[in-house]
Parts: sequence; C-alpha cells; structure tokens
Amino acid sequence: MTTFSKDDVKYFADFVRIGVSEEDKEYYAAKIADLIASVENLNEVDVSGVKPMTHPIPMINVLREDTPKDILDREKMLATAEDHEDGLIKVPDIL
Amino acid sequence: MTLTSKTAAELRELFQKGEVTVKEVTEETFKTIEQTDEKIHAFVHLTKEEALKHAEQLDKQAANERGPLYGVPVGIKDNIVTKDIVTTCSSKMLENFVPVYDATVVEKLRAAGAVSVGKLNMDEFAMGSTTETSYFGNTLNPWNLNHVPGGSSGGSAAAVAAGEVPLSLGSDTGGSVRQPAAFCGVVGMKPTYGRISRFGLTAFGSSLDQVGPISRTVEDNALLLNVLAGEDDNDSSSSAKVVPDYTAALTGDIKGLKIAVPSAYLGEGVQPEVAEAVKAALQVLESQGASWEEVELPHVQYAPTVYYVISSSEASSNYSRFDGLRYGFHTENPENLEQAYFRTRQEGFGREVKKRLIFGTYAMSADHHEEVYVRAQKVRALIAEDFNKVFEDYDVVIGPSAACPALPLGDTLTDKAVYYANDILATPANLTGRPAISLPCGFVNELPIGLQIMGKHFDEETVYKVAHAYEQATDFHKRTPAIQEGN
Repeated sequence: MTTFSKDDVKYFADFVRIGVSEEDKEYYAAKIADLIASVENLNEVDVSGVKPMTHPIPMINVLREDTPKDILDREKMLATAEDHEDGLIKVPDIL
Repeated sequence: MTLTSKTAAELRELFQKGEVTVKEVTEETFKTIEQTDEKIHAFVHLTKEEALKHAEQLDKQAANERGPLYGVPVGIKDNIVTKDIVTTCSSKMLENFVPVYDATVVEKLRAAGAVSVGKLNMDEFAMGSTTETSYFGNTLNPWNLNHVPGGSSGGSAAAVAAGEVPLSLGSDTGGSVRQPAAFCGVVGMKPTYGRISRFGLTAFGSSLDQVGPISRTVEDNALLLNVLAGEDDNDSSSSAKVVPDYTAALTGDIKGLKIAVPSAYLGEGVQPEVAEAVKAALQVLESQGASWEEVELPHVQYAPTVYYVISSSEASSNYSRFDGLRYGFHTENPENLEQAYFRTRQEGFGREVKKRLIFGTYAMSADHHEEVYVRAQKVRALIAEDFNKVFEDYDVVIGPSAACPALPLGDTLTDKAVYYANDILATPANLTGRPAISLPCGFVNELPIGLQIMGKHFDEETVYKVAHAYEQATDFHKRTPAIQEGN
C-alpha cells in the first residue's frame, strides 16, 4: 500500500510554491497516493539498457540567425503586471 | 440548410460565386452562437465587434488576394494567445490576462482570411477530459445536454458539432483534440509533433503538445492543416519539412493499404458497441481494397501512466511562470514575495491543476527523479519502439478514438477500466509524436463514436486519405445534432 502523507503534500507543494489548506492536504494525499501506486506498475518493465526518450522527434542543434526584431511593446507588457516602476516590474518585499 | 451549417469548402464556393458576403456569414454566425451557446456554453469569450470589422475588410478584398480560408468563421481554444483579446486557459489564474502578441497559428489563420469569432472553453489549462474543470463552467455535449463534450478541447469540438463554426482550433497533449472530436461526432486531427508551431500555445507538456484542427469533414480538416502547418522561427521544435497540399491526398484510393489493429485497442475496457463500430469500419476499408491484421504492442498498457508522469513533470516546470507578478491573477495584499507566490498559486489554480503540479514536482524531485521520471521516459522509448516496429510493416494503425461514447456529466459510475482504456487509446500518439485523427464511425444511444487512424511521422497525407475514403463510403458525418435545427 502506497502512502503519501499530508506532510508529503506540504513538502512537495512548498517546492512548487503552492499554498495548501488542511483540507487540501487530505485531498491531495489520497489522490497522489493513487498516482504513485499506478507508477509502481512501471517497475515490472525491464528498462535495462534503454535510453530515456526526451523528445518525440529527434532534433539536434536547431539554429537561426540572431537577428534583433522589434517584437513586443514594453508599455503593453508592463501593463499586464500587478505593479511596475521606471520600466521594471515591482514585487512585494522579499523579506 | 443555414449558412453556419455549411463546411469551409462549401462557404468557399459561395464566396467564389459571389452569392454571399463575409459580413453576412459573420452576422449569421453570431446569430447562431447567440441562440445555441446558451445551451452548450462552448465559448468563453466572443469577439463580435472585431470579427465584423474584419469581415468588412475582407469584403473589400479583390478576388485574387483572397486566402484559402477567406471569410470562414473559426473559433480558437482559449489556451492559444490572441493579441489584445483575453486568453484565460479557462482558469482563474488568467481570468483577465490580455496577451500582447498572437500565436503563430492565429497569425496564419488571419493571413489565410479566416474570421476569428471567439475563444473556446476547455478544461483548466487543458488538464482534463470532460471540460468540467473549466473555471467558467462546463460545456455540454450538443448531442445530449446531459453528457460531457469530452476534453480538454470540449468547447472546440462542441462549437463545430453544434453548427456554430465550421472550423476550430484545439490542442492535444494526451488526446485532447481526438477524444472530444469523438464525443461530439466531428473530425479532429493531432498532427505529428512539430508539424504546427507551438508558439503562443500555452505550454502544458512541451514534449507532447500539438495544436490540432477540428472540422465537420475530412476535407475541411485538411484545408485547415494546410494553413496551420509549417516551420516557425519562434518554435525550434517546429519542423522544416515541406508542407504538402493535404487536400491532394483525398483521392479515395486505398487499394493495397495495410492496416494494423492493436489487440489492446479492442480489448479490456472498450465498450462492445464501440468495438463493433470499429470492426464495421474495418470492413468498409477492406471493401475499398485495404487489408488489416491484429498486432501486439507489448508496452502500450503502460502508456497512461507514462503520460501522466511526463505531462505532470513537464507542467510542474512550465507552470512556474504563473507567479502573479508579470501577468495574470495575483493575491490581495501579500506580506512578502514568498506569500505572494504561495497564495497566488493556491487561489489562482484549480484542484486538478494543483494536484498535477504537486505530483509532477514529486516525480522530478531529487529522490524520485530516476525511479519515476527517468523510468517513465525509458518506458516511453519502449512504447515508441513498439509502434516503430508495427509501422515497418503497416501504413496506419486503427482503433477507436475513445473506449466509450460521451460520458454523463459528473460521471462517477463508469468502470475505471473504461477510463484506462480511453487513455491507452489517446496517449500513444502524443508519446510517440505520431499523427492521429478521429472521425465519426457510428452511434450508441444517439451519441457519436470516433474512429482513430494513426500514421507514420509527417505522413498526415495517408491518415487523411484513409479517413476521407472511409468518410465518403459512410454517412455518419452527415448526421447533425437536433440542436443545429434550433431544438
């Protein structure tokens, strides 16, 4: 029986910067335990000598000229931000 | 027959003969949407003013300047960015997000003369297969309002099925174009990975995602892929391979074609009526000169798990961009930056999204990376190799697009084996990067069934050829839901 505790939920949610309530922790613990149980089925596959597949179509060194383009409007981009000052995005206090 | 129930190819003929103006078609389209969308809720945002203005411009265009989709109304899945038009991914996180650029596919549609009429509902951030995880409420199946339209491109498939638009764009990370196409009785194609630029498609699983065309006929689908396909400087994973005229492949000639039918595709979890419809379709193709044999794919039963690990892992990395600082939802009055991140993401994402992000983070974490993520990538390689071997001897792989017809809303009763079979049918095309189409091949209780045809990499032509030959020999695609007649 796979276990994924409420503490595990908090531990991994912290990494991915997601706040979780007590109720959330219970919900995700059960759901993710189920997922991990299904992942354990992969252990029955013999993968010795198999190279991990990272990409569905092999592509190597896709290059193009580094030509500057006038693409996006700075003012418009800043307009989508919560707060900005002197052309920079302003964030809440760090400490 | 109303203007809006016509196909893109039929509309093109009307425009060529000068029998109708783009403005008339556009106005008629919005009239239909206003009547129908109250019932099915396919759209999350309509762009009537912009569309009518665009239509007027097109009406002034000289005949020799007209693009291949001149005047054809299209709907766009709301995870594809549209300049100055809100793009939500059906999430609270992006409820008010107005992009500053157009996705490449949106630019291409416009250059081809298509008229964008609005943005289509979906599962939140494309994570789901029912469109029920949308923050803006679910979409209903036009064939039966008590059933889901499938997902995640549920709005895209429902809008086309209901006669609101002849064409739409969806996206397919693990079946999200093909499964809703099957549930709604329309044609949906997931092209080869790299065939269409992903620039401006909100990334979910970057090694799996493709934009996909949805239509009522195979010909319309090919017309739309003609416009969408091609290399893009803004997407290094887009292919430089020459884009053929896909409509030229619609010859009806499939003599000598070799079809493989994986035993798992008609096996456990696949409902008997669905399996029967697919077998009947194989007989039709046989009568047209094709032959089929059953094949084994030794690792395909692991595809759903491999898909879940890889897509969630890639998402957990991709979604770090939703921080509430540069764009999108942000929490009120955070005390500091850390609290801003945690609360923004807690409040902005729905449960399904958060579950996948936490699971993906687990799979990618130092302690589990090798045993979970890398192992999944290795099994992915074995699944791909199984398909490579089959395609050495066969031209296409055929099976159902989904194991069942559209599920009831809020379904909790259906056997888990059916859900698992759905994922076995849906995810291999994404894991292996192969093109696959869904088209109507029957009905159960007035709900459509989808036939899936998968092809060799960059051989959408053969996929279309087979789909077209089958479509021309049958009339499932001619049936329309009662909602199209205003019922």
